[in-house]
Amino acid sequence: MLQLLIPRKPNLKGCHQKKLEKIYECYEVVQAHLLPVVALGQLEIDYDELAAAALRCYCTKVPRNVNMAKLRNGYLFPEISIRELQHLEKYPHAKLISLGIGDTTEPIPENIALSMANYARDLSTAEGYSGYGAEQGNKALRKAIADTFYNHVPVKETEVFVSDGAQCDITRFMLLLGSNATIAVQDPSFPAYIDSSVIIGQAGDFEDEVGKYYDIEYMKCRPENNFFPDLTSTSKTDIIFFCSPHNPTGHAATRNQLEHLVEFARDNGSIIVFDSAYAAYITDDSPRSIFEIPGAREVAIEISSFSKFAGFTGVRLGWTVVPEELLFSNGYPVINDFNRIMCTCFNGASNIAQVGGLASLSPEGFQAVRSLVGYYKENAKILLETFNSLGVQVYGGRNAPYVWAQFPGRKSWDIFTEILEKTHITTVPGSGFGPGGEEYLRISAFGHRESILEASKRLENLFS
Amino acid sequence: MCLQLVVVWKIFNGVKLQLIELKHPWTQSSKSNNGRRIGHCTEVPRNVNMENLQSGYLFPEIFKRESEHIQKFPDASLIRLGIGDTTEPIPDIITSAMAEHAFSLSTIQGYKGYGAEQGNMALRKAIADTFYKDMGLKGNEIFVSDGAQCDISRLQMLLGSNVTVAVQDPSFPAYIDSSVIVGQAGKFQPKTEKYKNIVYMNCTPENGFFPDLSTTPRTNIIFFCSPNNPTGHAASWQQLKQLVEFAKANGSIIIYDSAYAAYISDASPRSIFEIPGAREVAIEISSFSKLAGFTGVRLGWTVVPEELVYSNGYPVIKDFDRIVCTCFNGASNIAQAGGLACLSPDGYQALNSVVGYYKENAKIIVDTFESRGLKVYGGKNAPYAWVHFPGQSSWNTFAEILEKTDIVTIPGRGFGPGGEEYIRVSAFGHRECIMEASRRLKNFYS
Repeated sequence: MLQLLIPRKPNLKGCHQKKLEKIYECYEVVQAHLLPVVALGQLEIDYDELAAAALRCYCTKVPRNVNMAKLRNGYLFPEISIRELQHLEKYPHAKLISLGIGDTTEPIPENIALSMANYARDLSTAEGYSGYGAEQGNKALRKAIADTFYNHVPVKETEVFVSDGAQCDITRFMLLLGSNATIAVQDPSFPAYIDSSVIIGQAGDFEDEVGKYYDIEYMKCRPENNFFPDLTSTSKTDIIFFCSPHNPTGHAATRNQLEHLVEFARDNGSIIVFDSAYAAYITDDSPRSIFEIPGAREVAIEISSFSKFAGFTGVRLGWTVVPEELLFSNGYPVINDFNRIMCTCFNGASNIAQVGGLASLSPEGFQAVRSLVGYYKENAKILLETFNSLGVQVYGGRNAPYVWAQFPGRKSWDIFTEILEKTHITTVPGSGFGPGGEEYLRISAFGHRESILEASKRLENLFS
Repeated sequence: MCLQLVVVWKIFNGVKLQLIELKHPWTQSSKSNNGRRIGHCTEVPRNVNMENLQSGYLFPEIFKRESEHIQKFPDASLIRLGIGDTTEPIPDIITSAMAEHAFSLSTIQGYKGYGAEQGNMALRKAIADTFYKDMGLKGNEIFVSDGAQCDISRLQMLLGSNVTVAVQDPSFPAYIDSSVIVGQAGKFQPKTEKYKNIVYMNCTPENGFFPDLSTTPRTNIIFFCSPNNPTGHAASWQQLKQLVEFAKANGSIIIYDSAYAAYISDASPRSIFEIPGAREVAIEISSFSKLAGFTGVRLGWTVVPEELVYSNGYPVIKDFDRIVCTCFNGASNIAQAGGLACLSPDGYQALNSVVGYYKENAKIIVDTFESRGLKVYGGKNAPYAWVHFPGQSSWNTFAEILEKTDIVTIPGRGFGPGGEEYIRVSAFGHRECIMEASRRLKNFYS
């Protein structure tokens, strides 16, 4: 965590009027958009300096990208960080339990960490040194990914592209598609799909009344429809983002549901971007990959990540599968363009991270990470039971490391604030994931067991 | 209508996978296999910007040629002076730091999850202190990344399709290619071999490898790389002052690529921010790749000064921060631990040794060509030699050198029309390879 102070209200003695106005403006701007300045790690904000800079202000003539202006707030997760920090500022002795941002907490298994350490050390030897890796990823790792996760479905190693994580891959895929593609997302959904769509210019204007972007199709996912959209009333779009197990609701789509999705995509000529980052958390026999569904190879790409699977949140490693059969409307293979993007806009994931990835897919490593996943799943179970015992309607937690708790009639930021104030537990308000998340809270199961148990106790106190 | 798709993946010496498309032109033929549609086409239109790219990215193309050559001459002792890939081991003190960090991830005290998207603060400060001391730049204006190539694309996404760009000609191809992908470049014009909306600033020996700004049209963005890839020219203080003034007068933003600053031998500026006024008109990108041999480790940074604002007064740094938080998730913590060690006094001294090694290579290469009466540029302030072969197509020269001496270089044309007649020779290699290359070239050109 960065050591940050919340900006003090400026000392305005003796300032002349224009500077005063400018200082207030800066203060207002900072308050309203705390993220950019505070997150930059400034220890203090000197309003005098900021105002003076603003007054001196030379502006370039470069127009701001209108798409950036369409983004409503800061990205969701840094906003949560800010609230945490504000809370700590207010209650410096509070024992904060972070069940908000899904950040892994348990150490990486030793053999995996060792393999990375050894590889790093070998970089100072003549035999062990290597420079640029293939932009598509280390061959052995690509093969290991194909063999481990896709051995029961036809995915070739040449269709696997190693990356530095799903969030980056989402953006690269948007770059590939361009601004003229239309997208559909689940509602609620992981905010990177929408935000990257806005940045690229696909999303249209934001409509305040409904809390949605005009050109994005929001597919409601609720308990009432078993967290699967009613495709008969879903408009056709070029791209359909679908995450399963789902962030934030925790729902893992059934085989039947995914068959409908693939059929829908086929009929509409759409491409599904299937996010399977949480597949390792599946407990039942829900599909772990879109490619388990026949016909998916011609309509889907799949993105995934080592972050939540192996605790690689800071190490940075993920992958995307682009089947050879996936074609644009003019017959051109999507994989060719994806390869071009990877070669031009990227330079490969860190070799050290890739070695770690390979180690995590060895028999020993894989068993060790499964243990880790099991630990978090047990956490999720505890949280689920806690909410159940309190009579709070709760979803997810069985096939995903997130619990999706419903508080009918209440605003999710209000519940978030109340829980934070009264129990010093951070969660994520559901509306951060889209209008469909209002009334809900996402609680993450990533944490030390003691923290989860302590959190349970505190929640029991609060709600009983 | 779909065409029959055949994609051939070849594996070369188990080193890299390379997608090679069969030489099948994409026609609009409506019939294929007796009129039957083969497979399913989505109805998603291909991004016209991707169609606008003229060929594969330059460096994989070079790799393709290398591999073809090895296939043809399996016993050839290939010397790679093409792609600028570092070859010398990373100093111990740096790799130990990375090894320690990696190992500590398996301990309770040492485990770390997500890092700040902007980068580890200690590293940001160390970068500011090491490279930008006395230039008034702070840690919070430094954004750590996984490399300059990625930063270039993120900057392009930030800027959007409605800005115009100028590039040096010749220049590192990522500026142009990313511009095409984002939709800024306009149509490719086969006659001039240039993109319609991009301004190409000629950099030749005749103008001291610095564009004539008095005849350069105004653009929103000016990409400027110094020391230059591929020409090796390090812009002088005077030249950069002109550039900053030009940008100021035009309200443009300079994106200054200083990835090779460590190779400067003379008093040429190592950062655009040495020039007064640059903070209001420039962004600087840089990298640990060529500085510390981190080509495979992946670490770089971008400097966005707080004073840099759009035409409506909105600070660029805020938008860049938003991009970094949304489209990126931080550089690998292990790489960052290495970066920090690079900037410790001992680490920095050690890696400057390695830089010195490559600089010595560059000298040998320059001397080699000069001894044969060829005009060579660069090689003094950069790890590249820029060799002139008047009247010859650079791809032909490239092919000839490869055929006759088994040395891979890069044809200047790959860096833009202004590179025609030139060859870029990289100084990254083991000393023995450089010496051997020198021998072969001296033989060939005697």
